[in-house]
Amino acid sequence: MTIREIEKEITEEFSMFDDWMDKYNHLIEMGKSLPLIEKKYRTDQYLISGCQSRVWLSAEMEDGKVIFKADSDAVITKGIINLLIRILSNQTPDNILNAKMDFINQVGLKEHLSPTRSNGLTSMIKQMKLYAVVFKTKMAQ
Amino acid sequence: MNFDIKKIRKDFPALHQEIYGKPLVYLDNAATTLKPQVVIDSITNYYSTINSNVHRGVHYLSQQATEEFENTRKNIRKYINARNTHEIIFTKGTTESINLVANSFGKKFLSHGDEVIISELEHHANIVPWQMICEEKGAKLKVIPINDNGELILKKYKDLITDKTKIVSVSHISNTLGTVNPIKEIIDIAHQHDIPVMIDGAQGIVHEKIDVQELDCDFYCFSSHKFYGPMGVGVLYGKEKYLEEMPPYQTGGEMIKTVTFKKTTFNELPFKFETGTPNVADVIGFGSAINYIKKIGIENIIRYEKELLKHATEMLSGIQGLRIYGEAKKKAGVISFLLKDIHPYDAGIIIDKLSIAVRTGQHCAQPVMDRFDIPGTIRASFAFYNTKEEVDKLVQAILKVQEMFG
Repeated sequence: MTIREIEKEITEEFSMFDDWMDKYNHLIEMGKSLPLIEKKYRTDQYLISGCQSRVWLSAEMEDGKVIFKADSDAVITKGIINLLIRILSNQTPDNILNAKMDFINQVGLKEHLSPTRSNGLTSMIKQMKLYAVVFKTKMAQ
Repeated sequence: MNFDIKKIRKDFPALHQEIYGKPLVYLDNAATTLKPQVVIDSITNYYSTINSNVHRGVHYLSQQATEEFENTRKNIRKYINARNTHEIIFTKGTTESINLVANSFGKKFLSHGDEVIISELEHHANIVPWQMICEEKGAKLKVIPINDNGELILKKYKDLITDKTKIVSVSHISNTLGTVNPIKEIIDIAHQHDIPVMIDGAQGIVHEKIDVQELDCDFYCFSSHKFYGPMGVGVLYGKEKYLEEMPPYQTGGEMIKTVTFKKTTFNELPFKFETGTPNVADVIGFGSAINYIKKIGIENIIRYEKELLKHATEMLSGIQGLRIYGEAKKKAGVISFLLKDIHPYDAGIIIDKLSIAVRTGQHCAQPVMDRFDIPGTIRASFAFYNTKEEVDKLVQAILKVQEMFG
């Protein structure tokens, strides 16, 4: 699926919820179901620091596509990570770089990507795009 | 005096708003308190009428600005019972007050091999300035440890003191755990060795009656905005004998006596430490806050808050899977806690959605978090306008959080 298609799918998924509590219950479920990153990645080397919650992120290249894996110590953060991974993982570096990520606004989770939340998510997206740049450069060589 | 909570709540306009469609419950008072209408009015009034710079003009409004500004200084002197008005220095806040002392006192009195004592309970603002000056001077920073209840271990403190110790700087009340430190004892012990003591009173002034002469502390500092006044104003009280000897911290206008390109001589206290145009409006606003507190009576506030904290502690302790961090015998204002298997950030998000303002995270006190090996806490902090009903709403919110993450 393209990034656009996945974004549309997520937006539709979230439009089913009438109130914030259902939405957060859904996020919590997703946070719990996110496959955990292998223990070897849960180290400082892969840590994206946020003052409130911590995020670990790893990236690998497989058949021209970037595979992201991530984890967090907070469940809601993990739920949002789950969304970000669904969208950006298994995509080409170019597609990752071009992704606008505006679905976040549409599903009403914008506040979680505000730098004042200091939950590591803003830095996580930056880091994902940075990985895409690195892989793109490597591919060109 | 009759403590009329309904009437008091009317004095704070920010209490009467809805967040996410429900009445706000504000339990983040250790971060900043709400402001009574009289404080807001006095700031508006300053900008609507006086709006002049202090200590400079001969014109009517400038005279009036100076008078109100200096009256606040006198007011604060009286409130904390300092001996002299010129021992009251206006700063931007507690952080600047500590930076001022660390730098200026450090410059004059610290040398290679000397020692500074702080505690494990401190806010970063009472750690980093000392770390920096110690590094610069080749001095050593020593730390009084805490026990599992979050109380300073005084025996260890006594052991840390040597003939190299030049200053002790500790908080009056911990912003993270709510521990009320035995500062009188800490000061007396230091004074037996002729070591001056600085007290970070950012939380202390809010929940205790302060008499700096009785305490005999050498420095005491606090912020206006945590004490019902405006942001951007703080106070440093210092004993004259130290302030006189300490060099200026920042330089510029106001703080000078004469300036030539060869040599500048400095103004006397308190102006030596107050360069540049001060935050006149907010200093005057802080004066109104102190008058307001005096009217309610700090003793009444302390009594009411004690009852509220007792109620909150009992209610929260009754929740299964909730652990309170900081169980000192003497506590004030703050309860820090964690819920079993729930990250404080997760809990904080849901509590916020239920229109309750609490703080989650490390509270600018990473060493305390490291001490207990936790990622952070959820902190509810109380003011005298909070009610038992609000505490009960917090309890409901916590139960909801447990239900959602269970």
